Amino acid sequence: MSQFTSSFWDYYIGVISVVSILACGVLLLAQSKRRVAGGQTETTGHTWDEDLGEYNNPLPRWWMWLFWITIVFSLVYLALYPGLGSFAGYLKWTQVGQLEQENAQANAQFGPLYEKFAGQEVAQLAKNPEALAIGQKLFLNTCAQCHASDAAGSRGFPNLTDTDWLYGGDPATIKATITEGRNGIMPPFGPALGEQGTKDVAHYVMSLSGMAADSIRVERGKPLFAQTCAACHGAQGKGNPQLGAPNLSDKTWLYGAGETTIIETITRGRNNQMPAHKELLTASKIHLLTAYVYSLSQK
Amino acid sequence: MKTSDAPAGLVEQSLYEVRKTIHPRAVHGWFAAWRWALVWATQLVFYGTPWLQWNERQAVHFDIVHRKFYIFGLVFWPQDIIYLTVLLIISALSLFLFTAVAGRLWCGFACPQTVYTEIFLWIERKIEGDRAARMRLDAAPLSARKVGLRAAKHAVWIALALWTGFTFVGYVTPIRELWQEVVTLSTGPWETFWILFYGFATYGNAGWMREQVCKYMCPYARFQSAMFDKDTLIITYDRERGEPRGKGEGKGHCVDCSICVQVCPTGIDIRDGLQYECIGCAACIDGCNQVMEKVGYPKGLIRYSTTHAMEEKLTRAQMFKRALRPRVLLYSAILGGIVVAAGVSLWQRVPLKVDVIRDRAAIAREVEGGQIENVYRLQIMNTAEEERNYYVVVSGLPGIHMTSQSQFELDGASSRMVTVRVRIGPGAAQPGTHPIQFQVSAVGIAGVEVREKSVFIVR
Repeated sequence: MSQFTSSFWDYYIGVISVVSILACGVLLLAQSKRRVAGGQTETTGHTWDEDLGEYNNPLPRWWMWLFWITIVFSLVYLALYPGLGSFAGYLKWTQVGQLEQENAQANAQFGPLYEKFAGQEVAQLAKNPEALAIGQKLFLNTCAQCHASDAAGSRGFPNLTDTDWLYGGDPATIKATITEGRNGIMPPFGPALGEQGTKDVAHYVMSLSGMAADSIRVERGKPLFAQTCAACHGAQGKGNPQLGAPNLSDKTWLYGAGETTIIETITRGRNNQMPAHKELLTASKIHLLTAYVYSLSQK
Repeated sequence: MKTSDAPAGLVEQSLYEVRKTIHPRAVHGWFAAWRWALVWATQLVFYGTPWLQWNERQAVHFDIVHRKFYIFGLVFWPQDIIYLTVLLIISALSLFLFTAVAGRLWCGFACPQTVYTEIFLWIERKIEGDRAARMRLDAAPLSARKVGLRAAKHAVWIALALWTGFTFVGYVTPIRELWQEVVTLSTGPWETFWILFYGFATYGNAGWMREQVCKYMCPYARFQSAMFDKDTLIITYDRERGEPRGKGEGKGHCVDCSICVQVCPTGIDIRDGLQYECIGCAACIDGCNQVMEKVGYPKGLIRYSTTHAMEEKLTRAQMFKRALRPRVLLYSAILGGIVVAAGVSLWQRVPLKVDVIRDRAAIAREVEGGQIENVYRLQIMNTAEEERNYYVVVSGLPGIHMTSQSQFELDGASSRMVTVRVRIGPGAAQPGTHPIQFQVSAVGIAGVEVREKSVFIVR
């Protein structure tokens, strides 16, 4: 990077640019007139291949003015905009500055649209079709990539249209989830439980939600569950919304039901992340988004 | 000879030339009448069209902001860009065909540059007089009369130019609203800019630049000569009949009156043969024919003819027969084919468009009872101008069905994004991707339906 930190190259580029532009002007001047012997005005005087001449078919003079205009334009441009090495130009224009300006403009234009709803309760907004239409657009842009366009989720991404919530489905919690994000970590227990132990716990977990399970393994798994899993998932496996630990006794399975998946989850753990959106969306947009997500389970 | 041995006489010579104003003389006749007919036809269409109404909206409205082009009963969406391509191809092929048959017909009769120059020249003639009067006025010293005439001319030019700019913008912004804005001086910044821009372009090109546009700016002017051949009808001076020029015994029919030069809008002498400056307006034909009539010679000393016809002294019948040569037939066949195809395509156009976008990250999910569910977004575009109901049917796998809403109401010329859930029963398909089809149909209107392909994923 040293070649970019030296100011030599700034001058190098600046000087070449300015000299080139001025050279265009000199060339234009030099080529606009010539001296010929009186009367000998038929050809340009250029001769190729010994005797091949060129008739003088002059361009109109306004054409020459176009050349001058481009030269003046380029000098004015280089004075106003960045182009000469590290010289920022008198307008101080930057790409980032333009982006910020356009963002500010857009916020000034569209901000009131969101602000209108900022003072209203989420539960109230969840019944307001106008707010929900905006909320849906925000959802499709920001959330649908993982939670699917219909918000019913996918493997590893929670369904937002049911009443089963990992962290709680009240407006304040939904808003906190969107704003701050969530880190749902289930540590791996494969090494601690061993292969048979893992399978025993898996069968006990299956029995909690009424799935068919090996009753001997269920019996052996029960104390292991109490030791290893109950701290987060609770003694009855009902989960803990404080930690985002899922309820294991219902029919909702984030990664899918079945022995294989449950064993995989226990053995290797799960690391689930919902990114924080406070940097990406304004508070009033998150408010509308909360209302939309909240409305999905209010049926 | 004598200049070469006079080294003392060095003179400074500019390699750029100061433009000499051309003052074409007014001309009447068959071709002038045609030119005026085309001026009227094109300008009535241009100035008049935006004022027409259709379905309670402007009949021809290029609504760039909402990305919809309304042309009478048709509404074009950005997806219809192919029709613009087809239009450009038709224009190009027409140019090839007309040029191969009769030279620069477009330039001489229909090009806006010619048409507006014609109108501006007419205004100039009405105010300042014909060629001789204008040349006298140019040479005259500054006087109240000169200033008055010039001011009047430019005022009328600018008024017409601004009206042209206003009309141009009226195709993009509804012209009746634009008129209200103009009257109340409340046009938006861009409307103002474009009215002035197109106004200035009209005033500058038709008032000041004129033949300079054709000679130095226009690319078509230069490459049209590549489409000429020896059987192309061009404006030709019959040298054999005309020469030697002059009046009296032993002279040809050309009386050297220089009318053909005086009427020429690009200031050339057609008697020097075909030149790139010649825009094919045929003013010299009309001018010469008038003179021939007066002096009692047959008309047509300058006429539409071909190089072959002049060289081989073909009769007119022979000459016109050669117009049907392979290149002309080929151009005609391709042009005809494309016009018919475009016409049929427009006729059969279904006023409905559908895009299917499958959810990308949420690939497939297992729902109650082991059913597999995929989610799609359907962008339904109702390009008809009335409100319509559409229903969606999915097919392609055994037992495939939608579990979400399947009927949707759309306003006229609007689009709507809908999310649909599609399910199959457990084990109905192997893991992998399976082609499926969405069919979107208008409720109660036969034939208005679109099929779109997508895939269903089982994992």
